[in-house]
Amino acid sequence: MKTIIHMLVTLSVIGVISGGVLSQLSGWADPLIAEHRQRETEAAIFEVQPEAKKYEKVEDLAFDLYKVTDEEGNELGYALPYEGNGFQGKIRLMVGVTNDLGKVVGLRVLEQVETPGLGTKIVTDPSDKANPEWFPGQFNGVITSPLITVVKNAKPSKDSEIMAITGATISSKAVVDIINSGIKELRSLKGEAN
Amino acid sequence: MANKVTAAKEFIKGLWDQNPVFKQVLGMCPVLAVTVSAENGIAMALATTFVLVFSSFVVSIIKNWIPSQVRIAAYILIIATFVTIVDLVMKAQFPALSKALGPFIPLIIVNCLILGRQEAFASKNSVGRAVLDALGMGTGFLIALFLLGATRELFGTGMILGFQIMPEVYEPWLIMILPAGAFLTLGLMMGFFNSYSEKKKAEERNTIVEKYRQAKRQAETKPLEAN
Repeated sequence: MKTIIHMLVTLSVIGVISGGVLSQLSGWADPLIAEHRQRETEAAIFEVQPEAKKYEKVEDLAFDLYKVTDEEGNELGYALPYEGNGFQGKIRLMVGVTNDLGKVVGLRVLEQVETPGLGTKIVTDPSDKANPEWFPGQFNGVITSPLITVVKNAKPSKDSEIMAITGATISSKAVVDIINSGIKELRSLKGEAN
Repeated sequence: MANKVTAAKEFIKGLWDQNPVFKQVLGMCPVLAVTVSAENGIAMALATTFVLVFSSFVVSIIKNWIPSQVRIAAYILIIATFVTIVDLVMKAQFPALSKALGPFIPLIIVNCLILGRQEAFASKNSVGRAVLDALGMGTGFLIALFLLGATRELFGTGMILGFQIMPEVYEPWLIMILPAGAFLTLGLMMGFFNSYSEKKKAEERNTIVEKYRQAKRQAETKPLEAN
């Protein structure tokens, strides 16, 4: 009996102390972490919508969506953070689209856990010294209707086509699928609004 | 028993003789997973060392109050606290690094290197020795992770710490930054280091045998000379 009480007391004391320390620390860290996330989102929005000067969050939606405007307040389009499954885990993207959803104006990968050296080329490709960001760069100006498609081992022949990364077709296709389903979501939203 | 060892030796043994990766083969999960680049290896090793040093410190202070039945649970609680501290501080101060190391920071909790040192060393030795041991083990871990990360980065991308080392024409071996490359590099390194220390041991043995034989020969020839 004595040992049981001793065991309980020891573990409880350690638990309480560690809990106290961690809650203090998290009180300090949480706002900083939130700030980083906020800043990252902001940077991504302006990157995928290079002409944008201001953005505002579209409220009352099941997902995040940012409407971007230029200095005079003219609507330029949307920045949509959207996620889906990649090869090994989640891929989170920030997609910039025009106001009529017809064209992608920019793409940035926010989070990914693809295979290093292969799937990670969806962010940067170190083997292509001249243009390491050729893959996300391809999405600038790509036509979204009816769907963006992937071609393998060939230069895209249509405005809605993207060239896949050699050795990482699944990752390439995953990015395209995420964009397509994100845009579909936006379309149905706009359809409802009209 | 432990007091026969000098304090300096307590630190140095972790670097080579008992190197956690090459000799004790502990903590293989982060060793294999995060060493795609030298930078990741260093960051992981520093985070692990931090956790190791502070948990060893705390465990060696309270070792006499922990009932032996729940000692593992108590160690894990202490380790988890420090890992969460590292995780939160990294997320708040170095978001890019914390992104690169991803889920491996929380996994330090179950790194058997840390729990192993608590159980094998910190729970039996004084505070100073426990901290020295932890520092040595951490440094050994850092050396191993840096070697692995640098080798894999060099062959896998032609760079070390982001600096181009290989000539431009070098075609990176993709396999080196894939999981298979981790196993290959670790296996070759371990084989190389172990064959080196085996050779050294054999040499030492030979010199001792040689000395003994010489002494014996002298002892045999002496009586003859006397005649």
